Amino acid sequence: MIPFSSVLIVSAVLFAMGLVGVLTRRSALVIFMSVELMLNAATLVFVGASRALGTMDGQLFAFFVMTVAAAEAAVGLAIVIALFRRRRTTDMDHVSLLKW
Amino acid sequence: MVIDRSLDFLWLIPVLPLVGFLVAGAGCLLRARAKSVVAVVACGSVALSFVLSLLCVMALAGLPAHERSHVTTVGEWIGPLGLDWSFRLDPLSSVMILVVTGVGFLIHLYSVGYMAHEEGFWRYFAYLNLFMAMMLTLVLGASLPLLFVGWEGVGLCSYLLIGFFYTKSWCADAGRKAFLVNRIGDASFIIGMLWAWVLFGGTFDIAALIERAPAAAAASPGSVTAIALLLFGGAAGKSAQIPLYVWLPDAMAGPTPVSALIHAATMVTAGVYMVCRLSPIYVLAPDAMFVVAVVGAATALLAALIAMAQDDIKKVLAYSTISQLGYMFMAAGAGAFTASIFHLTTHAFFKALLFLGSGAVIHALHGEQDMKKMGGLKSALPRTFLCFSAGWIAIAGVPLTAGFFSKDEILYKAFLHSPLLWAAGLVGALMTAIYMTRLMGLTFFGVSRRAAHDDHDAHGEAAHEPPVTMMIPLMVLAALALTAGFVGLPAPIGALFGGHGESPFAAWLAPVFHAPEAAIAAPHPEGHSLELLLMALSSLVALFGIAAGLRIWVTRPEIADRIAVRLGAFYVAVREKLYVDELYDRFIVKPWYALSRGMGRFDTGAVDGVVNGVGAIMLTSGHVMKLFHSGYVRSYAIAYVIGAAVIVWYLL
Repeated sequence: MIPFSSVLIVSAVLFAMGLVGVLTRRSALVIFMSVELMLNAATLVFVGASRALGTMDGQLFAFFVMTVAAAEAAVGLAIVIALFRRRRTTDMDHVSLLKW
Repeated sequence: MVIDRSLDFLWLIPVLPLVGFLVAGAGCLLRARAKSVVAVVACGSVALSFVLSLLCVMALAGLPAHERSHVTTVGEWIGPLGLDWSFRLDPLSSVMILVVTGVGFLIHLYSVGYMAHEEGFWRYFAYLNLFMAMMLTLVLGASLPLLFVGWEGVGLCSYLLIGFFYTKSWCADAGRKAFLVNRIGDASFIIGMLWAWVLFGGTFDIAALIERAPAAAAASPGSVTAIALLLFGGAAGKSAQIPLYVWLPDAMAGPTPVSALIHAATMVTAGVYMVCRLSPIYVLAPDAMFVVAVVGAATALLAALIAMAQDDIKKVLAYSTISQLGYMFMAAGAGAFTASIFHLTTHAFFKALLFLGSGAVIHALHGEQDMKKMGGLKSALPRTFLCFSAGWIAIAGVPLTAGFFSKDEILYKAFLHSPLLWAAGLVGALMTAIYMTRLMGLTFFGVSRRAAHDDHDAHGEAAHEPPVTMMIPLMVLAALALTAGFVGLPAPIGALFGGHGESPFAAWLAPVFHAPEAAIAAPHPEGHSLELLLMALSSLVALFGIAAGLRIWVTRPEIADRIAVRLGAFYVAVREKLYVDELYDRFIVKPWYALSRGMGRFDTGAVDGVVNGVGAIMLTSGHVMKLFHSGYVRSYAIAYVIGAAVIVWYLL
């Protein structure tokens, strides 16, 4: 029986890795993967909490998160592909049009 | 059969001239040239309207006296307020429609000749027909707002026609002045109307207002007095009474037939008509009646005084009109509504005649209006002179003319009400006789003072009689000015002809005016001796005024100059219209301008400052904020993280 605190620690580490990845990496794909990492950290907390509290709600949310992540992956990858087709790059520092 | 059905077509009376207006207006926009077409359309529509009015009045006369009130509703106007397009024909409005369409038709006919050489012939008749439509709406309207539609409509036409020669700046200015001065009165009218709506339980219908007035007056007499005074404020604007009379003399800038129709016979009497129409409400407010009477008497005197020293023939007639309107209000204020409407009717005839006659003179002299440059026109314009003379003796009050009967009726009723009012009226009558004789003397008698270098010779022979379309209205009106008084013979004279009691005119109006007049009737003396005595007195005054005028301005013209010198500054002041315009300019217009400029500065400074300031703040903050929008996804992500961290920290 893994204690809930361990689950939280693992998930916090995963989340921090994802966050650092999002903030520091320049490639859209890597940023994207980092976002997925953060999502999975959250999912892990849901599942752990579900077990710790003895309810099924958290597991239900885990499925929701997976569904959303799948949809997001589809949309996100499509954007990345479209971006690459137009700009021949996936470097997010070269894509800074969204400003005044 | 035709007569019985005619009441169903009552609404056509104002609509016919409106159709004429649309046709003439369309022709004007299409730059139509054929003058005969518009002349036929314009005169024809008014003539039809007159014939229909006659039929309607005959149908009305066929009904029993207490049923003589016919309402025709054409359709809904403003549903939530219960307002319809309703026209009411009763004895009072029937007198008015006959005067308006009858005199209106004659003046239309006259205009055909008078305006023949003017630019904008179509435009002129379009305005004139629109005026007729609006005036008839005013008169026939069964509710105050509908009356007000006509009220504003005639004001608009007045403005358009005063400024008809709009290329001359003083004409355009005169039109604007008339419009602005009338706005003051109209504002007062609107407030009075809405207050009446509130106080009388949410109705605008005139009959309903009259019905509910006694209860309202019993509950709050002060409010009813205020309403009556506010409505009178509107009447003072439209009918040129103190303090709002200043626009009417300037209104003479319009073509002369317009002066005759709008600024003498019809529109300016709208105020008198309105007061008489609401007479059951006015009699419930004795204080308001007192104000009406005093304002009327004061206006009658003041305007007559100013008229004595004017040199412009139309200005004399304009002040004379103001003075006569003062008489009508004096009568209404004294509770003699029948006398007021009677004078309104006879005045419409003789004043229209005088204006049209002066138009003929001006026409003959190619636009000259200064009486100092006329004189001796009797031989050059014999027929105009004869017609004009009829108007002259009628307005001066020579016995047996229309003006004599109506003015005496007013003076008699005023005497019963208050001898002071009567005295004012009598002095006014004397001045009327004098200034009208002066006008006659300077224009028609004596020797010609026309400049020798005029392209016609000095004796005025080149001056020619007006064409037949101008002559016919003059003759008809002259006949009416002399004889119209007989429908309203005062009781003592009526008795001589075997009549008894009321004159036909009074009997016809009795269903409308009997109740209000009985409500505040002054004690009526037995017998006719007092009335006959007053009548004799005012006849003497009129004849004395004429004799004095003839002596001063015809047989011994040098007396006039001597009097002018003797009176000195006073004469100059009267000639300069007692400086009323200057006083208004100094104490109202200039301060108003200053206030407006102050308001303007407040607007550009404070109001615009706030608005611009808000904009400037937004702009500056935007400039600051845009620094955060680098376009780099990373910086946004950092912002999210910081924000989320702050929220989490706060929640924990």
